[in-house]
Amino acid sequence: MAHAVSTPAGAHGGHGAGHGGGHHDDHHDQESLKTFGFWLFLITDVILFGTLFATYVVLRLNTDGGPTGAELLEMNGIIISTFILLTSSFTSGIAVLEMNKGNKRGLILWLAITAVLGASFVFLEVNEFMHLVHEGANIGTSAYWSAFFVLVGTHGLHVSVGLVWMVALILQLSRRGITPVTKRKVSIISLYWHFLDVVWIFVFSIVYLMGVM
Amino acid sequence: MLDKIKEFASEFFVTGDPLILGAQVSIGLSIVAIIFALTFFKKWRWLWTEWLTSVDHKKIGIMYIIASILMLFRGGVDALLMRVQLAAPELEFLVPEHYNQIFTTHGVIMILFMAMPLMFGLFNIVVPLQIGARDVAFPFLNSLSFWMFFFGAMLFNVSFIIGGSPDAGWLAYPPLSELSGSPGLGQDFYIWGIQISGIGSLATGINFVVTILKMRAPGMKLMQMPMFVWSVLSSCITIMFAFPILTVTLFLLFIDRYLGAHFFTLDGGGNPMMYINLIWMWGHPEVYIVILPAFGIFSEVVSAFSKKKLFGYKSMVFALMSISFFSFFTWAHHFFTMGSGANVNAFFALTTMLIAIPTGVKVFNWLFTMYRGRIKFTTPMMWTIAFIPCFVVGGMTGVLLSVAPADFQFHNSYFLIAHFHQVLIGGVVFGYFAGLYYWWPKMFGFRLHEGLGKWAFWFWNIGFYVCFMPQYALGLMGMTRRFNAYDFDMGWQPLNVVSTVGAFLMGIAFIFQVWQIAHSIKFYKKEKDGDAWDGRTLEWSIPSPAPLYNFARLPQVTSQDEWWEEKQRIANGQPAKPLVPLEPIHMPKNSGIPFIMSLCWFTAGFGFVWDWLWMAIPGLIGVAICMLVRSFSYDTDYYIPVDEIERTEAALRGTK
Amino acid sequence: MMRPYLRMLTPVLIMLMAVMLSGCGEQFIVLDPKGPIGESQKDLIYFSTILCAVIIVPVLILTAVIVWRYRDKKGSTASYKPNWEHSTKLEITWWSIPIVAILILAIVTVKYTYALEPSKPIESAKAPITIQVTSLDWKWLFKYPDEDIATVNYIKIPEDVPVKFQLTSDTAMNSFWVPQLGGQIYSMSGMAMTLYLQADEQGSYYGSGANFTGKDFAKMTFKVDATSEEEYKAWIAEVKATSPALTMEGFEQLTEPSTSDVQLFSSFPEGLFNKIVTQYVNGDGGAHHNHGGGTTEPAAAADEEATPADTTESHDHTASITNSNAHNHAGH
Repeated sequence: MAHAVSTPAGAHGGHGAGHGGGHHDDHHDQESLKTFGFWLFLITDVILFGTLFATYVVLRLNTDGGPTGAELLEMNGIIISTFILLTSSFTSGIAVLEMNKGNKRGLILWLAITAVLGASFVFLEVNEFMHLVHEGANIGTSAYWSAFFVLVGTHGLHVSVGLVWMVALILQLSRRGITPVTKRKVSIISLYWHFLDVVWIFVFSIVYLMGVM
Repeated sequence: MLDKIKEFASEFFVTGDPLILGAQVSIGLSIVAIIFALTFFKKWRWLWTEWLTSVDHKKIGIMYIIASILMLFRGGVDALLMRVQLAAPELEFLVPEHYNQIFTTHGVIMILFMAMPLMFGLFNIVVPLQIGARDVAFPFLNSLSFWMFFFGAMLFNVSFIIGGSPDAGWLAYPPLSELSGSPGLGQDFYIWGIQISGIGSLATGINFVVTILKMRAPGMKLMQMPMFVWSVLSSCITIMFAFPILTVTLFLLFIDRYLGAHFFTLDGGGNPMMYINLIWMWGHPEVYIVILPAFGIFSEVVSAFSKKKLFGYKSMVFALMSISFFSFFTWAHHFFTMGSGANVNAFFALTTMLIAIPTGVKVFNWLFTMYRGRIKFTTPMMWTIAFIPCFVVGGMTGVLLSVAPADFQFHNSYFLIAHFHQVLIGGVVFGYFAGLYYWWPKMFGFRLHEGLGKWAFWFWNIGFYVCFMPQYALGLMGMTRRFNAYDFDMGWQPLNVVSTVGAFLMGIAFIFQVWQIAHSIKFYKKEKDGDAWDGRTLEWSIPSPAPLYNFARLPQVTSQDEWWEEKQRIANGQPAKPLVPLEPIHMPKNSGIPFIMSLCWFTAGFGFVWDWLWMAIPGLIGVAICMLVRSFSYDTDYYIPVDEIERTEAALRGTK
Repeated sequence: MMRPYLRMLTPVLIMLMAVMLSGCGEQFIVLDPKGPIGESQKDLIYFSTILCAVIIVPVLILTAVIVWRYRDKKGSTASYKPNWEHSTKLEITWWSIPIVAILILAIVTVKYTYALEPSKPIESAKAPITIQVTSLDWKWLFKYPDEDIATVNYIKIPEDVPVKFQLTSDTAMNSFWVPQLGGQIYSMSGMAMTLYLQADEQGSYYGSGANFTGKDFAKMTFKVDATSEEEYKAWIAEVKATSPALTMEGFEQLTEPSTSDVQLFSSFPEGLFNKIVTQYVNGDGGAHHNHGGGTTEPAAAADEEATPADTTESHDHTASITNSNAHNHAGH
């Protein structure tokens, strides 16, 4: 960890050498701090989802005589959702590649595509929930359904927050172009998006595959 | 119309108890007085620009500490009320409902709204100064954390006069805390108050991990960090892993109560035991979160006032980190009596005992820091010395409790109460007091009156033993916690009376502390030198209170006690470090968003408590808007020009 | 002021602990057990206390000596080594001291954890009697299924006979604790817990609910009378002869939140305990599903659950409470 010598502090001439180390360095270091902080946030989010998964696993058989997941969950829709979300992760990756090339229009375009895919995912999820409620399974039906709705819904909420954030970012990009700040913001949201994708893979396997099989 | 308002008011406000009425009147009067004073002295703008919007870690730290002392007062009054009731239960000083509310709020406030903010206050003030940084990694987030804590605490406290206090115990076990057991609003205030402040705590945890790992002064290796910084690091890592569990647990309880879900309910397939497991998976690390920084403070103080290097630095670091790690594997020792079977109980008994090992090692290291030193009995050092025997005995009773089959006899008795008060007061409170006294001159630029401080010290200590030693005995006499009365002859009363006397001695001690602060302000004497105690670490190398930017020139660090070594070098006639030219300093701008956003959270929480969606939804929208406004603002920092730094430094150092 | 304080504090502390732990008065009921379980637990408490004291007493003395000897005073002759910060030998020493102590304690603890597992029957030539315990808001209901009588807030047991307590709760979680017989165990709704206790001596013992359950939880104390077998039998006959029966309506009334004095009943509805345990289970598959609740996730460290079974069971209604305590979740 000795590399901490190169902290923002260093830029201020702590070494006695980097006098000219100007404002650009500060920004650069600020941005890398934020990225690091975001990684730590993701760790806490892993714990959050981990706890929800644990509650789901504990309660997965407690249907209290009501409908089970195997009876009501429809895999076709979920497979489409999964495919959409995986694709959106891929497109967000392309957006970052475009950004690294310095192509602002390409970046915005691919981010917009990602957002549209994300929005369709949320739309499908809302539809699924409405269908389930219609079939007689809501959050108060049994412990199983409580755990199901809260786990899947928390993921959906994360995706929705990401959408708002992405739209805000597209607006900022169109106004300010690719700067160190916007660059950092794009890489963070892309990180977030990949993370949600990974979480979804767990939701898909544990809730849907194992719940239906 | 008038009748409607009356009816609403009788539901809205807690009525019918003279004690609470008195509190309502005095709170109302204080608010009026504060508003009047601020208006009369034209201080509103000052309050807003200098404090409420400040992102300066030193000011945020001071606000944390003020809030925590207010909370200490409230939690302490709760404790005294309980002790009065228990000394003479036949007088029915408190009816059962009221007693239940008071022990619930006492626990929540003391842990979450007293110990946590006092700890965060010290983190904020000390950590950047000790590692030679100009602020924390994310000053805006830091301010947000504080206001989230503050408004969360206010939301919890407001239940005292509006809507009714929670009364299901400080960890609110379901099914008692479910709608079926606690239909009142108190439990909702509990959930939202803790939830909002908990998110703030989580953010603080992340903030300080980044600060410590990434913002140390040039040259400072990890193994050269002051021990307090290590303890903060271990505590914050623990926060990062523990607090998300709390967030989820409270959220699920809220969903149960609000949307009729079945996570922890009796019916619908819910599992109340899951809550007990989850809450302790957070709750046990939580007690280590608050005690680890206290260990760090003792390490700093014991070294500074023994005029000697800290003994066994590496052992200490290893001990801190292993305690933080093992704290996640002991949670089930809080319910050995749940009948989880011998395998589970044996496992958790062993992990719990394991923690005693590094903890014991730390005690030896402190002792041998004093050994062959020159011990000065200043107030911070006295708290530290008093801590050692207190904590050793408290730790020992903790080991006794960890013996699972014996715990069947200790569990939920006053033996347990005495144990955790001994480690929390003798460890955490003594530790934070030591820290507060130690760093007070650094925070405010003047010293606290030592004589009054010693009076407070003795009252605290004697009061502590008089209060809690009898409680061990009461536990062995079969007295269980949370009893509001005992109308049968078990011989408990004499010891309860003694215990109450002790509690009041601690109350007097608190008055001495308030007096001490008031006295020291009245006879304010500016610290001429930033180095109040002939200190060892970097915070003592700059003026007190530290200027906005902390360090005009960032220090070059070569050793663990950098400032001490520097003073030694100068004393030995070696040349001081050459001064590098000043440069403009990059600083964050103040922002009102954290305050407003937390206020929106408060609004949303209050709305959900009352099930007023017209209030909750705008609150949440306000939160979202605040976040977006922040995201769109790019003009968030500025530079302090060199000539301004020169002027400030000259003014500060010129008084030398 | 500091020095005399520290010198005095340590012995005072030790004395206090000694007084407390010597169990000098009969009031220290935890240390004055009247049954085999409580007896073993007392031994364990003494053993662990002495073991810990062996370490902490020297530490306390060492603290006092160091603070006294190295205080800062003019002309101190004590050595002063400001840079002495490490000694491998010393540090190995004090890592080993707690390690050894904890090792000893760990071995003893594990042994006793298995020996004193609450659901383990007490070895005795006599067959155990069964008492079904239900914590209600805010009273205890005790049922003697073999004798078909029930009581509220009162227990009578014969001496020298093991008692098998089966515990459940109607609402919130409580804890059944009779300190002089032995340690407590939680009573939880939706499941039946087992606790074996025995009284070796005749006497009247204090019992309480040790886990907070709301408003009048402090009123949930009760008396356990241990008598000779003859007296016990006579008491049962008397209850059967003179007390009213507990009807289902009567039970419903008992579940209303309130406190209660001692009550005696000559009989109780058949299968009541099962009904209480399974009252929250819904639907046909409920029992099975509910079972899954506690067992799958180690975090949920669940315990034995009643395999609730159907409530229309035969006469021997205890049989359906399969106590699967042996089956604990060795997830760790």
